Amino acid sequence: MAHIPDGILSAPVLIAGGALAAAGVALGLRRLDDRMTPRTAILAAAFFAGSLVAVPVGPSSVHLLLAGLMGVMLGTAAFLAVLVALLLQVLLFGFGGLTTLGVNTVNIALPGVLCGLLLGPVIRSTTRPAVRVAAGALAGALAVLGTGGLVALSLWLSSSDYTPAARVVIATYLPLALAEAVVTATIVSFLARVQPDALRPVAP
Amino acid sequence: MTVAALQTSSGDLRLRLVAAFIVIACLSQLRALPIALAALAAVGLVAAWRRPDAQLWRRLLHVEAFLLLLFATLPFTLAGRPLFTLGPLTASVEGLERAMLIAAKVSASVLVLTVMLGQVEPARLGTALRGLYVPEAIVRLFVLTARYLGLIRDEARRLQEAMRMRGFRPGTNRHSWRSYGHLIGMLLVRALERAQRVEEAMLCRGYEGRFPRLAQPAPSLRDWAGASAAVVFGLAVTVADRL
Repeated sequence: MAHIPDGILSAPVLIAGGALAAAGVALGLRRLDDRMTPRTAILAAAFFAGSLVAVPVGPSSVHLLLAGLMGVMLGTAAFLAVLVALLLQVLLFGFGGLTTLGVNTVNIALPGVLCGLLLGPVIRSTTRPAVRVAAGALAGALAVLGTGGLVALSLWLSSSDYTPAARVVIATYLPLALAEAVVTATIVSFLARVQPDALRPVAP
Repeated sequence: MTVAALQTSSGDLRLRLVAAFIVIACLSQLRALPIALAALAAVGLVAAWRRPDAQLWRRLLHVEAFLLLLFATLPFTLAGRPLFTLGPLTASVEGLERAMLIAAKVSASVLVLTVMLGQVEPARLGTALRGLYVPEAIVRLFVLTARYLGLIRDEARRLQEAMRMRGFRPGTNRHSWRSYGHLIGMLLVRALERAQRVEEAMLCRGYEGRFPRLAQPAPSLRDWAGASAAVVFGLAVTVADRL
């Protein structure tokens, strides 16, 4: 439930989200070397494909967000990857929203980029696998909880009538955070063994 | 004629993108239930008129989890005239109306998206976005991501099939989650290898971080008519809503 569709949020929230997303995307563009574009695009496609895998949680299944990992592997370019993935989803598959593009980009990318900035250095520099696993799990879980919090905040700021719905949103993100922590920790330790270079951000 | 302009997939994409954005922005801010329902009916008629395929209805049926959530909470939490009681919970007329208003706006927006922007190729979208002064780097990313998404999804499918062949049965446990971690990790490793090959191939052909830009023909009268009709519709509903 990370993609808020058109028709729910109020105009001020949409405009503020758009402005924040533009700032994040501008930052990502400035930090991204032109020659890294193909790499960023192919990684963005891989993250997109990864988030389409349905992971069972209890009686239902969830789609991973992978934003924490994007923050670690793409750095500020995660804003670009998320924007492009959301644009593809809305224009080619008809999911998500056109007016909510900015809000959704910020909700997903911002926690991921922050996790990448905070935990990326730990993941890259530590020599102890246990620390790396813990940092990876933390990045995965915190990014998801951050997204849940921002989605709830977008709803709550739009109308106080949405407050109960916002509470439910946060509750639904808790199991996802658990699954995402395990998956992200596994990916991080897998990449550290197989291809440590992959954990260096494409755009710092 | 205007509806015909809306439904052709060959018209000017730039205008259609802008018009779709304006219409959806107008629809998403409606406040009156009758107006929202009328707008939904109008958009639904246009959608039905252009021979809907199964995909359109599937998209609508794929009711966003958000809508379900709002339908489950709003009637019971918004104060107002009581409608019915469900145990300790009382549903209010105002709450139900509010939920219906949102459902109408969300569905109408999805319909507008499918009618105006359904079935376009990513490459054409890229050119159109460039024509709308979206920064070149974003357009390049968009086109390349769209191009590789299909390949990488196929790769993901093959990896998942291989997992099933080896007896993997997904469940809610650490083992399954770790297996998915390895699946996505492998996907990323292969994506990086592919990126390496693509980069080298592009550099060999003189790539310097730019693509040649295709000139786009000016929008035809038909495109302008279709886009204006859509925008007029959007503004008309907004005016009717605020009166």
